[in-house]
Amino acid sequence: MSRKRVVTCSINGREQQFLCESRQTLLGVLRDTLDMTGTKEGCSNGNCGACTVLLDGRPVVSCLVLAVECEGAQISTIEGVAQPEKLAPVQQAFLENAALQCGICTPGIIMQTQALLKDNPNPTEAEIRFYLAGNLCRCTGYDKIVKAVQQTAQMGSGSCQPDCCGK
Amino acid sequence: MHDFEYESPRTLAEAVAILGRGDGKPLAGGTDLIDHIRTGRFRPAVVVDLKKIPELAILVSDSHGLRVGAAVPSYKLQSSAVIRQQYTAIADAVSIIGGVQIQNRATIGGNLCTSGPAADSAPALLALGAQCVITGPQGTRTVPLEKFFTGPGKNVLQVGEVLVEITCPAPAPHSGSNYRRFIPRNEMDIAVVGVGVSVTLDASGQTVTAARIGLGAVGPTPILATEAAKFLIGQPVCDASFKTAGEVARTQTSPIDDMRGTVEFRRHVTGVLVERSLREAVARARGESQFHPHVRGSCGG
Repeated sequence: MSRKRVVTCSINGREQQFLCESRQTLLGVLRDTLDMTGTKEGCSNGNCGACTVLLDGRPVVSCLVLAVECEGAQISTIEGVAQPEKLAPVQQAFLENAALQCGICTPGIIMQTQALLKDNPNPTEAEIRFYLAGNLCRCTGYDKIVKAVQQTAQMGSGSCQPDCCGK
Repeated sequence: MHDFEYESPRTLAEAVAILGRGDGKPLAGGTDLIDHIRTGRFRPAVVVDLKKIPELAILVSDSHGLRVGAAVPSYKLQSSAVIRQQYTAIADAVSIIGGVQIQNRATIGGNLCTSGPAADSAPALLALGAQCVITGPQGTRTVPLEKFFTGPGKNVLQVGEVLVEITCPAPAPHSGSNYRRFIPRNEMDIAVVGVGVSVTLDASGQTVTAARIGLGAVGPTPILATEAAKFLIGQPVCDASFKTAGEVARTQTSPIDDMRGTVEFRRHVTGVLVERSLREAVARARGESQFHPHVRGSCGG
């Protein structure tokens, strides 16, 4: 077996160390080593976006990132989005618009939405659809998701906490 | 997943030495490699992360042209003003490779080294006259992109060799370029046909003085359509010229039937996309159009 490595990085604003094998993906470490199962596994090959997290502020599919690549990185996951007793505006908007059914795609879409609104606080519908093209939902249909993103934008989203996007 | 060691050398010499052992695979964005290891297509003893090597991270342009490090991710290319303005076909291509998450990781060097016939960056770079700078145990050599690919998934890289950077000559005045592809979806798909073109016009903007055309997904490798480009030289800028160039380009393809399209369909679409791409490249050469991300007309069929 390849030698294990210690990786030090920041996850949701908190410094973390973990031990991993070279072959473990960031997704695998989050779920299986760190018990952070909010990030979901969908296709495992980069097509579905369910495992989207922010790596140094940019959305990536964590199934296609090796955990050993994350030394020194700032990672944001769905676990860092809500405040202790209160949902973030983006989460509230997804609830109010019924923008989820089974919920597997939702953490990835929330993270992708956070990244979109950080770059582009007032996106057009076309820009929302384009930005979320790498996040597949097989239950709801996309209209409610787009409406939830629009509502988050209208709420003036500072929608995330200071640490959650790594910026 | 198959077990492997991970190395992240800080110098090119170290990377060449590790890869020279013959049992490693280079890692850039990982969007192809990690999936290929997971599915068992590759079983490397060591994965060599190239992202910490300074030579592979450059993105510079001057009066001679553009130099892009092989490990520069797509999002950086897409947001570069000089690429949008002067090497626009690259911006077109990298803004439609996968979705945003993939563009944040996937690199142009990785796209070329995976050497898929449908790689979006290849026709764009062929059109722009790209050269591949390769360093290996024997030193550094430069290979024109049209000589880089040798078959589906295959290229000229020998054991221990690393694609370090891609260079493009500075475009002449009155030049424009475009890449577009046909896919049945709006985004997040593999090209059924991809076409990159660059044109240079005379000062009046009425006559083509130089052209290059790259074709993707219509042969075992990306193709430089030299005959179609040769036809265009001296031709007036008009729909009839574009149409004939498209017809000539069709004769330079050797597509296959597969789930994405038939031979007949791919040949037909090649001509259509060459016409449309020429029209857009000419508009850009004349300063009448520019790169627009997310506009269907500039990326879709």
